Amino acid sequence: MRDTLSIEVKVNGIDRSIEVPVHHTLLDVLREEVGLTGTKECCVVGECGACTVIVDGRPINSCLMLAVEVDGAEVTTVEGLAAEDGRLNPLQEAFLDKGAPQCGFCIPGQLMSAQALLDKKPNPTVDDVHEGLAGNLCRCAGYQQITAAVLAAAEVERQ
Amino acid sequence: MSGDGVGASARRVGGYGRVTGHQEYLADITLTDMLHVKLVTLDCARARIISIDKTAAEQVSGVRLIMTAEDLPHPMPRFGPQFQDRPVLATGETKYHGEPIAAVAAETKDAAEAAAKLVRVDHEVLVDGVFSVSRALDPTAPLVQDPDLRPDDPLANTNILREHHFGWGDVDSQEADLVVENTYEFPMVTHFAIEPHGFMAAPDGDGIAIWSTIQHPYLLQKTIAKLLDLPLAKVRVFAPDPGGAFGGKQNPKLEPLVAYMSLRTGRPVRLILTLDETFQAVRRASTEIRVRTGLNSDGTLVFEDFESNFLIGAYVDIADRVVTKGNYLAAGPYRVPAVRIIARGILSHTTPSTAFRGFGIPQVTWARESNLDEGARALGIDRLEIRLRNLAEQGEEFVPGDTPADGDWQQAVRRAAELLGWDEPLPAGRGRGIALGLKSGPTTGLSYSTVRLLGDGSVLIYSGTSDMGQGARTVFAQIASQELGVPLDRISVIMGDSTVVPYDQQTSASRSSVLMGTAVLRACQDIQAKVRTMAARLDGVDESEVSVEKGMVYLPGREATVTETLVTGLGPLGGELVGNGEMRKDKDLEHPLGGSALFFEFNATAVELEVDPGTGEITITKHMTVSDVGLAMNPLQVTGQDEGAAIMGLGHTLMEHYIFDEEGRIRNLGAIDYRIPTSLDLPLELRSDSIENADGPGPYGVKGISEGALLAVSPAVGSAVTEATGLIIRDLPLTPQRVWEAMMERV
Repeated sequence: MRDTLSIEVKVNGIDRSIEVPVHHTLLDVLREEVGLTGTKECCVVGECGACTVIVDGRPINSCLMLAVEVDGAEVTTVEGLAAEDGRLNPLQEAFLDKGAPQCGFCIPGQLMSAQALLDKKPNPTVDDVHEGLAGNLCRCAGYQQITAAVLAAAEVERQ
Repeated sequence: MSGDGVGASARRVGGYGRVTGHQEYLADITLTDMLHVKLVTLDCARARIISIDKTAAEQVSGVRLIMTAEDLPHPMPRFGPQFQDRPVLATGETKYHGEPIAAVAAETKDAAEAAAKLVRVDHEVLVDGVFSVSRALDPTAPLVQDPDLRPDDPLANTNILREHHFGWGDVDSQEADLVVENTYEFPMVTHFAIEPHGFMAAPDGDGIAIWSTIQHPYLLQKTIAKLLDLPLAKVRVFAPDPGGAFGGKQNPKLEPLVAYMSLRTGRPVRLILTLDETFQAVRRASTEIRVRTGLNSDGTLVFEDFESNFLIGAYVDIADRVVTKGNYLAAGPYRVPAVRIIARGILSHTTPSTAFRGFGIPQVTWARESNLDEGARALGIDRLEIRLRNLAEQGEEFVPGDTPADGDWQQAVRRAAELLGWDEPLPAGRGRGIALGLKSGPTTGLSYSTVRLLGDGSVLIYSGTSDMGQGARTVFAQIASQELGVPLDRISVIMGDSTVVPYDQQTSASRSSVLMGTAVLRACQDIQAKVRTMAARLDGVDESEVSVEKGMVYLPGREATVTETLVTGLGPLGGELVGNGEMRKDKDLEHPLGGSALFFEFNATAVELEVDPGTGEITITKHMTVSDVGLAMNPLQVTGQDEGAAIMGLGHTLMEHYIFDEEGRIRNLGAIDYRIPTSLDLPLELRSDSIENADGPGPYGVKGISEGALLAVSPAVGSAVTEATGLIIRDLPLTPQRVWEAMMERV
């Protein structure tokens, strides 16, 4: 049995070749090997959503996916949302305008679930947003601001 | 209102980092040559430790230290914000499920985790643990704390830590038309900050550096300095913005352990708790509160009589203060001629309880408000009316010797009722409830701030407050923006490094806008005075002819901005102006709490709901929360905090509670089995509103706000359930199971 495997993965548009311990999750590897700490660790059982990233267009809990499983995949983390020059995307702007981040720890996960939702459903209803982000806990409970931000971003994208 | 000054819903200062992933929380910081720590615990609450065998664990490659009680100074160093009772590691006996017995430091997290599992702890499970109030008070129960830890304490041979007596008037001589007596229970719940607690330590020259997710970095500095016998100047505390705290991160917990491990290994060490371990580290006190309410037939309160038992856990942490501060205001915002309060903090073999948003008030409010409703129903008086009839008027000294009512509370109550539509016909199958919450703000305080107006007119604010989501940075920056006329994007707020930032007593009790806010305001005023001197010198006029206000300098015949004056006044060498500000509220030793309330947090919560007759599930159709905030310095942030507090209140009201087995193990550790509100658990309509009469003691009339909307959620919901179903349930949470069982019992 091998302890590590080499994987090829595109993270936020950059191709990377990484040697990963076979038992490490995508979350571990993003934070510790790639050095992208925007993706947060909390429950590590796929219940809180703080570690949500987008893998090949789908939002996933990176604590539940082994890093070796993303071999050949495209991964987007919260660091990949803004433009290279630091310009925020409409969703990030809306989060700030609506006061969505409080302590901010859940926000990377909320943003990734919201981005995946908007990518699939550009005109979501309130219920769509609640459903789409139901797996992302916010103990500051800024749910109404988060929902308002997602709807506002959708509105901006429509214009 | 747009803009950057006070009253504007400005974007959060620190928001950019929070939406880009660049905000650095503790676990995002790595130190060169760092060791990883894993705790060794037992899967039982109370056990006698017979021996610890490190042999197998030491064989794991990369293990550098396995620390046990034997490796620490003797006697075991102990610490705590009120009592020095918490050991660095368990010694002799574990007192609660998950209490650390040993800790492994290794080169990798994997190695630390593997080795921790191999540390063999020979132990005997002691099955007669104390997990309830009734068992704790049973004379045959074991003592949770060694009486030797409580010298000169007449209660040392009981499980009662302290019994406090408060009140006024003579309850026993009062004659009431109706006396309602009931007992109300409140569950153990946990903070569940999404960021688990984390700690790091590293040798730092001839001192030590500590990193912690703590709310009170200066208390941590004092604690470590005392344990290690170091001067404060040699203990550097880094306190990155906590990712949620809610009181759970107020006081030191495992920082002393990592400090000792770092000194022993000579290397940086890091311990990040799992969420499960966080559940075992902090919780709210569960309570059993018996209340007798005396009323006249017209609904006037005659007396309130409380016997309040708080089950506080194995070590005190700040729980005795929760007991006193929570119970002192048990009679709430009402005019009551006679009040008697007996409040006990009771030790148990459970996770030490600590501060948690509301600080004891949600528990007493559940009892008082629910009992008042039972009285109102018995007398046939409207539940809104009975509250308005007894509510203290602004300026009324409703608690003798304490701060008089500092707001127009009637206004808040009427507003909540109006938003809900209290007087409108009740839709079939629904119930409504309204309840009032009142909490003392800080009783003492000490905050310093330094503000630097740099040569280009940009600003640095230094504040020892922790911004854990309440938005302290934004508010302080808005104050400086208002006073110095500088836009927010030219202001930075520096926090979280004890060698850089001056002292702040603590971040708790919703104090920061008022206390640190005043210190920041005074630092800005200090700069204004220097700008005034500078302007007078530049124009060759007397200082008395110059005034500085809201970023503008007014001189005879002309006016200029602060920045223009600064740039000219500093001259070719440049430089800066430095201002200092201080705000203190000293101890009052005559007062039962050591000080009167700096302000009150007052909230009125009104809800409407329906109960599914088949499942017992509660759907909140409307939830209106109105707080008296004095002034909303940033209305967007006030709304966020208010709604968040309201939803957190729904958590302990509807779903949250620890579940124990008979041996005191928490059976629902972690996010799968312990449910907190999600986006699918929200009221169908949730609105918060603020009463703003600028009558608070802080800058521009502000009061603290971040706890109010949580205080009265439970009794408002409970009362509405009673109206909807006819059931009276006096135990939380109101889970579908509990409600359904109550419906079945009635059948």
